[in-house]
Amino acid sequence: MKLSRAEYRVIAKYTDQLKPTRQCMKMLQERFPGYLPSTLLSIFSLEYQKRIKRTISKHHTPEAFEDYYQSYMHQMKMCRSSQVLFSLANKVDLSPSLMARIILERFLQEQDDTPFSKQVLNSMLRDPSSIPDHSLADNVYQCTINDCCYGPWVDSIKHAIGHEHEMLLHDKLREKNLSFLDENQLRAKGYDKTPDIILEVPIAVEGRIVHWIESKASFGDDHSHQNYLNEQFWSYWNRFGPGLVIYWHGFIEELDCHRDRGIMLKDGFPSDIVTLSYRTG
Amino acid sequence: MAALLESLLQKKVDAKEAVRWLRRRQQGEDRSPCKTLAIERLQRQEFVPFLLNFLREQSSHALANGPATPAKTPSSRPIRTQGFSSERRGCRIGTGTGLRSTSRVQLFSPTPSLSPGSGTEGDISQGVLSGVSAMSSPSFSSGWSPGSRAPPSERRSAQRPSLGDFMLSPPEVQGHPSQRRGRRRSSGTAAHQGRQSGGRGRSDDVGRRSAGGVGGKMNTSLSPTTVQLNFNNLEDFPPVGASTPSPVLIKPSRRINPTPVSGERPLSKPKTCFTSTPFRDPSIPATISGGIEAATQVTGGLHGLEEERELLRREKSKIAQQACSPLKPVPEPCTPTKPGAKPRASPDLQVTPDPSKVTFIPELDLLAQLYCVCISENLVPNVFLELFFLLQLLTSRTQPVAEKEEEGLQVTDVLESHYLGSLHNCVYFAVKVLENQFELVCHLDKGTLRLLAENERLGSFSPSLRERLTQAQETSTAKVAPTLPPFMQSVSFQPATDNRSNFSSDKAFHTFKKQRDVFYELLREWEDNHQEPGWEFERVLGRKVREMVSQMSVAGNHPHFARLFQKQLVQMCKTQQVTGSPGDAPDPDLLGILGADSLGRLKRLQERLIQPQGLTGPCPPPSFPGHQEFFRDFLQTAGSCQLNQHLTDSLCQQLLQLDEVSILDLGGTEEEGESEGDMEQQDEKQRFSSVLLTARLLAKFLGFITFLPYQTTEPPAREVQEAAIAMRNKRCTVLDVCAVLRRSVCRRRMVLTVPWLVEFLSMLDFCGPFLQCYRTALGMLLHIYRRLALAQRGYMSYLNQLLLVAVLGWLFQIPVFPEDLFFRSDFEVEMLVVEDGATAQGLDGLPLVDQQILYTCCPYLSEFRKLLAAFVAGSMAKSGGLIRKITPTSAEPRGPPAVRSQQKLQAELEQAFFHNQPPSLRRTVEFVAERVGSNCVKHINFCSEKGPEAIRILLPEETSPAVLSTSEHVTVRLATEKACSWLSSNIAALIKREWKNAFQRVMKTHPSSPAAQGEAVLAWEQPPLHGADPKKDMVSHCPVGCAHKASLPSDIIIEMKEALSIAVGPRYEGEHLSHRELEYLLLRVGKTLSCRKFLTPVSEQMILHCSVLLACKLVCGELPLTAQLAVPEPDETSEQSISPVCALLQQLVGLWRRDPCPPTPCHTLFTETVITKVLSAGETNWHDFKFLARQLLESRLLSEETLSRWENLSKLPWPFDSMKKIEELASVLSALSLQSRQDTMHCPE
Repeated sequence: MKLSRAEYRVIAKYTDQLKPTRQCMKMLQERFPGYLPSTLLSIFSLEYQKRIKRTISKHHTPEAFEDYYQSYMHQMKMCRSSQVLFSLANKVDLSPSLMARIILERFLQEQDDTPFSKQVLNSMLRDPSSIPDHSLADNVYQCTINDCCYGPWVDSIKHAIGHEHEMLLHDKLREKNLSFLDENQLRAKGYDKTPDIILEVPIAVEGRIVHWIESKASFGDDHSHQNYLNEQFWSYWNRFGPGLVIYWHGFIEELDCHRDRGIMLKDGFPSDIVTLSYRTG
Repeated sequence: MAALLESLLQKKVDAKEAVRWLRRRQQGEDRSPCKTLAIERLQRQEFVPFLLNFLREQSSHALANGPATPAKTPSSRPIRTQGFSSERRGCRIGTGTGLRSTSRVQLFSPTPSLSPGSGTEGDISQGVLSGVSAMSSPSFSSGWSPGSRAPPSERRSAQRPSLGDFMLSPPEVQGHPSQRRGRRRSSGTAAHQGRQSGGRGRSDDVGRRSAGGVGGKMNTSLSPTTVQLNFNNLEDFPPVGASTPSPVLIKPSRRINPTPVSGERPLSKPKTCFTSTPFRDPSIPATISGGIEAATQVTGGLHGLEEERELLRREKSKIAQQACSPLKPVPEPCTPTKPGAKPRASPDLQVTPDPSKVTFIPELDLLAQLYCVCISENLVPNVFLELFFLLQLLTSRTQPVAEKEEEGLQVTDVLESHYLGSLHNCVYFAVKVLENQFELVCHLDKGTLRLLAENERLGSFSPSLRERLTQAQETSTAKVAPTLPPFMQSVSFQPATDNRSNFSSDKAFHTFKKQRDVFYELLREWEDNHQEPGWEFERVLGRKVREMVSQMSVAGNHPHFARLFQKQLVQMCKTQQVTGSPGDAPDPDLLGILGADSLGRLKRLQERLIQPQGLTGPCPPPSFPGHQEFFRDFLQTAGSCQLNQHLTDSLCQQLLQLDEVSILDLGGTEEEGESEGDMEQQDEKQRFSSVLLTARLLAKFLGFITFLPYQTTEPPAREVQEAAIAMRNKRCTVLDVCAVLRRSVCRRRMVLTVPWLVEFLSMLDFCGPFLQCYRTALGMLLHIYRRLALAQRGYMSYLNQLLLVAVLGWLFQIPVFPEDLFFRSDFEVEMLVVEDGATAQGLDGLPLVDQQILYTCCPYLSEFRKLLAAFVAGSMAKSGGLIRKITPTSAEPRGPPAVRSQQKLQAELEQAFFHNQPPSLRRTVEFVAERVGSNCVKHINFCSEKGPEAIRILLPEETSPAVLSTSEHVTVRLATEKACSWLSSNIAALIKREWKNAFQRVMKTHPSSPAAQGEAVLAWEQPPLHGADPKKDMVSHCPVGCAHKASLPSDIIIEMKEALSIAVGPRYEGEHLSHRELEYLLLRVGKTLSCRKFLTPVSEQMILHCSVLLACKLVCGELPLTAQLAVPEPDETSEQSISPVCALLQQLVGLWRRDPCPPTPCHTLFTETVITKVLSAGETNWHDFKFLARQLLESRLLSEETLSRWENLSKLPWPFDSMKKIEELASVLSALSLQSRQDTMHCPE
């Protein structure tokens, strides 16, 4: 769904106070009932990531690490609970998954027997039951499972969503008898930049030529769109000509301003498709 | 020369003889005896410039309209600068200001009002202002002039050594500076002074005043202009003012500047092109010069005094002017003091030219006759310049000069009479010449023809010419169609040339990836901003450009980038030039639609829609219009010698390839008309057009790069230049222009080669033309030009010839072309011989050029139409200045908009299709279509049959079905279209209809076309042939008949995650899950896992992981489940009643038992944490756990490793109760496992 920038700002403003938990997501949906939950979640996710990017530097210092770890240890001594870490994260306004990572990393560094590595760290985050300290395991687990913006769960969900939308796109294209090359085929041919699909025979959408389609299973806000333009969309144009970007979870409608330049935005698979027709005679 | 003209005018020499003499071809025939006078001793090259100057002078008053029509001719130089080249440059420098003003002066100066002294004054100003404007007229005249002409000859013989003098008559002339002569021109101020009389429309634009020379003197008040002022040039504003009391006529000479084209003038700082007038006479035969020398010497002595006097006079008049002329536009501020001069009519009272009021008819006829010969024989440097001059005369609004003056004053000097002194005479003369030049005129575009035919002056002076023009316009099918503005396209990525294997290293590959993106980013930024005021390429983009280029050096990517650059250049700029030429003519149908009644309203509307626009004149300096500017600025800013070298290499290569392109002679003749002819011919023509335009563009950039290192804003000092020439003469040139030219002449391919060579040469730097090779080339081009006289139809087709005449004429007028060259007689011209046998590939005789090409290559030809349109508008609008009509109608063809846009879209789609395919595909399709289409016409075969067949054979085997099928269809369409268009244009209406019907009938019924369609659809349904898709394999694992309707994996993961987070909390008060919900969730999980369509290994693994976690939560009792419903499902209780939790666990085990299923992380269930929780949760949970373990074991889901974990667990120090339970379970499990191990040694992985 398309949102005006003003609408977007209202929602974004509201998300300032929210934590990345399912409870907060519920609040968001109740506050903005007219919007698709997926759109709201996607907007929240973008805004929350921006928030974390703004503040991460203050969490990522040795002092902060030590402080959080000591605080966790202290709390655990006071009351052995699996919610200590989660509460701590909320208290300092850090993503629970990131907090879990910090503490786990600090914990592993203290362990003499297991040599520390990023790999071990990641696998323990994915499967907390492999953490030697059971209390910590519970705490980490609670953090990751309750985080809807960061962490292994979110990563795998994002991965799944991205793939599903690509498959949906392929389906729609096949439905319309449109032949295309997908990313893997393009890469095999040695293309240096690869959109999700390139149409072998271009089509026209709303009167504009489309050579390629990029599927984005997220909401298109200013920040991410700008990045995508610089990193991807313009590069696609530079190689394959005009194309179409589908933001399945919607976008700020004002961003759809490069149509004349060959980049069109849609929030779903287009219905107005014209193909080369071969009526002779 | 003057004497000759004088003799002619006095009828002492027979005009016919003079014409014959002029007509004589250059070589050889000049020797034939000529009886009267000393004509045979004269050089035509001397007479022609004289005549042109004479006409310009004569009409100088009338040329207020439009930009000056320069005729670049060698002119006399100011005395002080005698050095040849530096002099020339001096002129150029001066031109920006001084020259312009001078030219305007001359335009407006009424000859009679000038005093003899003013001439002297002119001398001064020439030197001071421009150094160029001085007109030296051939001084022969004095040799023959009667005694009465002594004063004029004196004036003329003022010592003005001219460039030409030095160059042409080498040592001899240099030895005798006094020999040099020139007619003095009234220039600069002198001319202004007389000018008021011009009675032109007012001009309100004070700011337009010339900044240069005359600026100081200018009087704000007047400058009454009519319409056409060149708004682009401040100097263009006619200086006003002081009239010099001048009892004697002097010849005002005009130097007219080429008006700079808007802004875009790369190489040409406002150098100059020159007015028609000043032609220097080249080497003067010693025999006649004797007499003059004496005269010169005398005048020379007087000169200084004269000058002083004139200065004084000028100052006086200036003061007088300032006193008497306030700001209001006074049409007649200062009347020339010449006795007998009458006050002019105010500009409002415009004179309508009247054929009955024409005077000097015999003389005018004679002049016209001579002039026509000059034009027809290409004796003038630029035919179109003369045509423009004529149209200026035709559309003049200035009421001249000394209309009736002669009546009172007997003018003794025949050359001083005002043959073109009245508007009537001007129009008469113009029409006379136009009548004679009808063939040339009727090859102009339709819009121009219409405007000419509708011109009331022309109509009233020559109804027959009007008649002919009307006919020509009606029958002319030649239209300059507006080309669609090229929409920006990128150069497509072609794996064959652009993928990793084409690069030396990964780094180079990735660097180029970035470079391509940066390049387009720059292009977009330029597009967006370059028209903003104050935007400068260097300042804004300079750093980015150089950064990118320096990376190129590191990675050695120059060849790649050069290719990208060149391709993008061609893509964007090939067709750009045509904009502006079509379209701005008012839609002729508009009048028809509105009808006569609305005409008044239309005109009022038109007035509102018009806006001033500069006429640039027919000889604008070279420019880089549109996107070309970007490419030029990019190269300039990058300043990379490596890049330039690579570009030079590839530009040269492509140019020479294009130059060799073979265009087939398909036997058409020009008489068949432009739009008709064989369709193959049409194709060849189109191909030619494309090749020509590309070559011109590439040549211009090749020239730009080649001469870039030598470009200077100022001409180098003479010594520096000479040294540079000496050095550069030793160096190899990038392109052997002479050889290319020679070859093209020999092989009759000038129509292709000359236009691009002209583009190349137009980029020359200041020294360039003096380098041996380029000088020779320019000489050859001159020779070619002279040979191409339009009146003499050789083997070349007329429009081909016209194109060459136009581009060469342009070259001869642009600043870089040495002025002296054109009229040189001693120029060593290499004889160019046409190979008789080598006409196989000859192009010159083929009807290749049409109006479209002509106007695209020479956009300045549309100046005629602008001039005429300005005249039309000017008669309605009172405003001064030129006007451009904003045509309110669309340029698109009529038709229902929806249909039209659909057609357009289809065409765009087709272009787009080819865009990303390798170029060979397009060539194949077009080739097949062309051949099959033509076959169809000839042998009534069918496009839809042959086309796809051929395409299938010709395209590479690996071509994907979709591409193949599209190619086939495009081929069919193209072939059919070609056939149809040929039919429609070639077969008479009746036959046509029948043909078409038959054709369509067959098309409809012919089985091959629907079949082809069906095949295509089928082909698309199949997966692409190439590159086996791993995902496709997974799809095949879906159960038979799977509709792929299962929940998406992402949704499932989200829901399971939600359930799990409810389990661990935090949760709302009273938050719970029901068995039913969980049961339903697991059901959907099962479906999702079995439909493989959207599943990736990662999400599958995640779902399985979630399900195990869910099992953990179930057995640990951590899920807040609602109270158990009393009535269990009948199905579940069929055998033995199990608890709802166990039912769920059973469901879960069912999920993990599926085949195929990746290993489920069941070991998570058998951890200390889980066991502890289960044991502490209570008996029910332990029971559930045992149930689960048993199920798992029975389903062989427990690996050896998991079992061994269990054994390890039992070794842990458990509490006694727990220990007992664990041991009990362990024994059960080991018994079961033993049993299962007996069945198979392994549990399924």
